[in-house]
Amino acid sequence: MELIFEESVRGRKGLRLPKCDVPQAKDISGRYKREKPAQLPEVSELDVVRHFTRLSRMNFSVDTHFYPLGSCTMKYNPKFTENIAKLTGFSQLHPLLPQLLLGGMLTQGALEVLYNVERLLVEITGMTEVTTEPLAGAHGELTGMMLIAAYHRDKGSRKKYVIVPDSSHGTNPASAAIAGYQTISIPTDKNGVMDFKEYKNKLNSEVAGLMLTCPNTVGIFNSQIKEICSLAHRNDALVYYDGANLNAILGKVRPGDIGFDIVHLNLHKTFATPHGSGGPGSGPVGVRKDLTQFLPVPKVIKRPDGTYALEENRQKSIGRIASFYGNFDVLLKTYAYILLLGKTGLIEVSEKAVLNANYIAVKLKKYYDLAYDRICMHECVFSATRQLANGVHALDIAKALIDRGFHPPTIYFPLIVKEAMMIEPTESESKHSLDRFIAAMRGIAELSQNNPEVVKSAPLNTAVSRPDETKAARELNLRWIA
Amino acid sequence: MSYIPHTDQEVKQMLKDIGVCSLDELFKDIPPQYQPASFNLPEGRSEFEVYEHLKRLADKNAASLVNFLGCGFYDHNIPAVVDALAGRAEFYTAYTPYQPECSQGTLQAIYEYQSAICLLTDMEVANASLYDGGTALYEAGMMALRITGRNKILIDGGVNPIYRRIMYTYTTNLSIDFVEIPVSHGQSTREEIYKHLDDKTAAVILQNPNFFGAIDDHSDIIKRVHQAGALAIESVYPVSLGMLKTPGNMDADIVTGEGQSLGLPLSFGGSYLGFLATRKKHVRKMPGRIVGETADKRGNRAFVLTLQAREQHIRREKATSNICSNESLCALKAIIYLSVLGKQGLVDLARLNFDKAEFAKDTLARIKGVEVKRSSPTFNEFTVCLPRDSREIVASMIERGFNPGLPLGKYYEDMKNYLLVCVTERRTKEEIVRYAENLEAVLWN
Repeated sequence: MELIFEESVRGRKGLRLPKCDVPQAKDISGRYKREKPAQLPEVSELDVVRHFTRLSRMNFSVDTHFYPLGSCTMKYNPKFTENIAKLTGFSQLHPLLPQLLLGGMLTQGALEVLYNVERLLVEITGMTEVTTEPLAGAHGELTGMMLIAAYHRDKGSRKKYVIVPDSSHGTNPASAAIAGYQTISIPTDKNGVMDFKEYKNKLNSEVAGLMLTCPNTVGIFNSQIKEICSLAHRNDALVYYDGANLNAILGKVRPGDIGFDIVHLNLHKTFATPHGSGGPGSGPVGVRKDLTQFLPVPKVIKRPDGTYALEENRQKSIGRIASFYGNFDVLLKTYAYILLLGKTGLIEVSEKAVLNANYIAVKLKKYYDLAYDRICMHECVFSATRQLANGVHALDIAKALIDRGFHPPTIYFPLIVKEAMMIEPTESESKHSLDRFIAAMRGIAELSQNNPEVVKSAPLNTAVSRPDETKAARELNLRWIA
Repeated sequence: MSYIPHTDQEVKQMLKDIGVCSLDELFKDIPPQYQPASFNLPEGRSEFEVYEHLKRLADKNAASLVNFLGCGFYDHNIPAVVDALAGRAEFYTAYTPYQPECSQGTLQAIYEYQSAICLLTDMEVANASLYDGGTALYEAGMMALRITGRNKILIDGGVNPIYRRIMYTYTTNLSIDFVEIPVSHGQSTREEIYKHLDDKTAAVILQNPNFFGAIDDHSDIIKRVHQAGALAIESVYPVSLGMLKTPGNMDADIVTGEGQSLGLPLSFGGSYLGFLATRKKHVRKMPGRIVGETADKRGNRAFVLTLQAREQHIRREKATSNICSNESLCALKAIIYLSVLGKQGLVDLARLNFDKAEFAKDTLARIKGVEVKRSSPTFNEFTVCLPRDSREIVASMIERGFNPGLPLGKYYEDMKNYLLVCVTERRTKEEIVRYAENLEAVLWN
């Protein structure tokens, strides 16, 4: 398809600006001025509308397709919450207003939203306090690692290592490294959880913390989690909960109750805020009581008189991790979602998410190898090893699913499962929709057996098929050039 | 309302197929003693009740103050077409385009966004987006450390103080030597920068226009920076690039900025958009996702995520950044905004902002006791010195319905009487005149 730049016609305009109602000012010196205008498109509003509407139709999305992308919790995003974020009382509010004298009283509604979201997340996770500032899950992880560093620094120690299981998301070791830690990787045992013996062996006084996803990325809840946490605490290491998979356990277990010290949540996963083609996300971080002193500023507090204010001076705070108070529009949607569902609704979310995942696991295990054949939580991981015997890879299966109108599962992750296909259906999908997916997967399995070449040639029904990724990386073309 | 479709009958059937008797049985890996100590949440409500509650909260905010506050976050007009198109569910309910065949829409839009950022800044490559202007600047700093293998960063005092604080937060645990170059409300102080520039310096971070609104041509500084083997990082305000000399033209190595002014509402601080552009030779050290054009097996134009070997999902602890979700939908809004604004539109918009701010300067300068700082040219933001502490004056102006600007004493101790004032195209002549009248009344009545 043509680029918007290629639709350009010299002199065409798409927008009328307000007329200048003040005298034209004296120009600045030429040395400060741009030489040539930026070659932005010259198109009409309708050109823009047609172009981006056409582009949108080349996407699969939750609203148009079943999207069982494992670990990403692609659930339905209620339309109602979009309206909330557009209320002008929120959308036109300048973030610096509450930092001005008197301004706090004029932003009470927004501050109350932040405070209430925090309190709800505190109750959901069992932590003492939450910061809403982190702007995505990985940003929450980095915040968490800095909190761990602040905790040890406060005790006069530094410590060198952070432990991560080999099944973890790539963001975990990356976040630890960026915060200045070296990582120690622990293998997964035959039951799909972190090898306890190996963990015990690797734990030492130089370990600052441990990052765990629970349930983990193969969809299994580690029943030994409490022992793992207490062992870490005995070594004065903190335990970090990666909340990517919180959708499995709402109301069933709280990280704060079982020994986790720091938690991040992905609001765009569990709390149904849209993924936006890759963000904005939101990754609030909760901590246990003695870590609250390190949380980033500014922090919303409720005063004894019932009003809300920003606390900017926390002596031991790690400082500022983002420009303001988080992705506020995402926080608004989260707030509305939690209020809509309430306690019973949230528990039902996890129950149905787990039900759906197990249903898929059971129905498909005749055709594909389950990486761990046991009751799972919100997602199940298959391996395409059986299909590989006929030369069909997980990638081919993914492409064949696209032809059949399904977004593929996450593939080749977790790294510990060969030819991995990680399926997370979420609670949003009906039995009917799961059955259709199962039938498609079954059909692909049969085709892989009888006519593997057809699977390997997929997709056939899309605008493009199997783009050449090597060419993309070798002959870098990263922008339009006039 | 839980948005869950299951009927009781279906649940029964599914449990039977799984081979368990109850939903509880599916949770048997969670030992009973792990039960939540509490889960005390309110019960669910209808969307109409929740709307009323949130509407009440929204109405408590004074979002309708006449806005003269900027500081890197600006009150610009947003054409309706931006939200109409970005509000298409095919965009906002999709995720990262890992599977190119069913994500060409997102991929091409990001490629177009990258192109527009390169065109605005006169740089060679841009990434798919970062969280916000502050974290983008931090990422640029880290990138410079990786490229040069050095560990000292000079940061100009005219760089947004919010961004500077973010930089310091992230680097607490790393051994980085930061030197802050003092600046008054004018342009960067050359001698101070050169005094600290040495063979340990990885980067010099500058901002144009700087926090006080002052416009500069940093070409001379950047030349010296390069002679020292260091990189120059420029933080810029994209709307100003309709008029001002580009960072590419000044020979900057890495350019970042806050993209909020490109079609995103102020929205109490988020969601915003960090952008980052650089030279082609540094692309492999760049953080964040990148979209590239290639061909598919039939030879058709196609777009994919490329250079993924830099990223956390492949490289884990050796990745160039830990970023995963970025601000894709905000980047989409930015490219829609820039498309509809167009080539001449950006030039006219920048001019409109400049003209209005100059008019405001002249108008405010006529008030007794108000001194408009004119030591450097400015774009749409400028500093004024008031006869007394600007904090209290701000409070009085807020009472009169204006969001009058930032008291600079908040970030610069010796500038208690200073106020940073911003005028965008949204402010009318009448509003500017009323602002001046009210300020005069607050000062002298």
